Amino acid sequence: MSRGNTMLKEEKVFKDPVHRYIHVRDQLIWDLIGTKEFQRLRRVRQLGTTFLTFHGAEHTRFNHSLGVYEIMRRMIEIFKGRPHWNEDDRLLCLATALLHDIGHGPFSHSFEKVFDTDHESWTRAIIMGQTEVNAVLRRMGDEFPREVSEVIEKTHPNKLVVSMISSQIDADRMDYLQRDAFYTGVSYGHFDMERILRVMRPLDDQVVIKSTGMHAVEDYIMSRYQMYWQVYFHPVTRSAEVILNKILRRAKYLYLNGFVFKQFPTHLKPFFDGDISIADYLKLDEMIIFYYFQVWEEEQDDILADLCGRFLHRRLFQYVEFNQHFIMNEWAGLQERFKAIGVDPDYYLVIDFSSDLPYDFYRPGEEEERMPIHLLMNDRKLRELSRQSDVVEAISGKKRTDHKLYYPSDILYMPGQENEKREILEILSG
Amino acid sequence: MLNQHVNVLSLLQRVGEITGRKKFQKIVFISKKLGMPFHEKYDFHRYGPYSEELSLRLEELQQFGFISEIKEEKAGYYQYRYQVATNGEHFLKTKGNDRETFEQQQNVIEDMNACSSKFLELTATILFLEPADKEDIIKKVHMLKKTQNYSEGDIEQAYAHIERWRQHLN
Repeated sequence: MSRGNTMLKEEKVFKDPVHRYIHVRDQLIWDLIGTKEFQRLRRVRQLGTTFLTFHGAEHTRFNHSLGVYEIMRRMIEIFKGRPHWNEDDRLLCLATALLHDIGHGPFSHSFEKVFDTDHESWTRAIIMGQTEVNAVLRRMGDEFPREVSEVIEKTHPNKLVVSMISSQIDADRMDYLQRDAFYTGVSYGHFDMERILRVMRPLDDQVVIKSTGMHAVEDYIMSRYQMYWQVYFHPVTRSAEVILNKILRRAKYLYLNGFVFKQFPTHLKPFFDGDISIADYLKLDEMIIFYYFQVWEEEQDDILADLCGRFLHRRLFQYVEFNQHFIMNEWAGLQERFKAIGVDPDYYLVIDFSSDLPYDFYRPGEEEERMPIHLLMNDRKLRELSRQSDVVEAISGKKRTDHKLYYPSDILYMPGQENEKREILEILSG
Repeated sequence: MLNQHVNVLSLLQRVGEITGRKKFQKIVFISKKLGMPFHEKYDFHRYGPYSEELSLRLEELQQFGFISEIKEEKAGYYQYRYQVATNGEHFLKTKGNDRETFEQQQNVIEDMNACSSKFLELTATILFLEPADKEDIIKKVHMLKKTQNYSEGDIEQAYAHIERWRQHLN
């Protein structure tokens, strides 16, 4: 499939701290990178609120998308000439890798929760809609944007191509684990990707791993596990996420109840109204959101102003662990006591669950919906990874849930209503 | 608090018991597509739409002692049976959710629960592929669900069910 694409006269190279170099040889890919929709990803951080915990986590969706493209490019080089791999799928794979996150907005996770949107739907809308990305893709044929969209949606008939971008061991995960580890500065996300790539083999419906590469895959599985609990679900990051979520909910509530903002939130109006066009969506980036937070810090509404100040100046909520006993016996009383000291529990007393940001952990089977990682044994038979690896078996399928209660501890130590505040602190300390 | 958990719990309470994780996943997805207040994020996987969020939510409910999960061996694989536990009933009472939630949708939810999980997989897949044309969806179902061997009759029946459920809820 090369109609509509030419090779660049001279290869373009991006210097990348994770993969050293990212090589672009196709005009199609170069032009996709140059679209305004793709360039917008420079203004959306990869890890949302994580920069408030790990100050190095300033990398963007742009970095990551290029990284996924580069891993995909290397995967294809390894697959070249092997059975089951069709070279005609090369550009489909590369374009999909590059565009798989194009629908991410600023602080995607909170936005999706508050405004009931879905970045994957936006990704498909940007690819299929009247956009620069769509115009570039259509040079490959009228059906090409739909094919890219279907691979991202995981409904494309070519399961091998789908599994290269989205499976238990895919280009997307291999990039973000290494990239997030690099930028946060932690030591958990490292594994030998070169080795994994060398032992990957295409089958007609999935990518499998030669059994000799099992230990490199074990490392990768451990990285996934560690990165989730140490970085992605870090309680301080979650605290910032909780506040962000409440800011957006408060702003939406005020708007829907006729509050007159000092500065009308033009960019967010479509989100408040629930009527968002692609153009509206693409106008949003983190700079815009921070601008509104700065403006809202001066607003007449105490809750909105306070929450924005907390987010901007990193005055985050404190947290305690809680259990089922707490829900059944303490929750209602705690809410009442918060009201009694003039603090709205809807905004300042927040339970956060791990189901809000689920860990995409490795699970081998049992009614599961995900294709497990298969090892290709010397006798050409396939064997599910956890049946072969004790290390993976030990952590696969073992879910770990985590629930915390977030609250503003600073308020509880301010002068006034000491008795009520002491009672609250006693409940919180269990 | 726990609004999303409450919805999952209330749905289970309406039908008394759901057998199979896959069935639970599909019932919630179809309910969501029919406009019921579920916000779990779904992706397309091996057996159609699947939500990691819901999977974890069920585990949390189990940890709180609000639902019971019984693991049974069945023809070489494990199946899970879910019921609302006494603590869960009590929790719904304190939340005031034990009577009204999904009262109007009860018949539809029961109807779904009476279907096989294989049939619900087909129905959920059709809903996932909407708003494409019916003809394209049918083509895609045959392609994506080759191993399930759905007949034209199965697909027509799935469409009829979706239509009936929609009418009932509107």
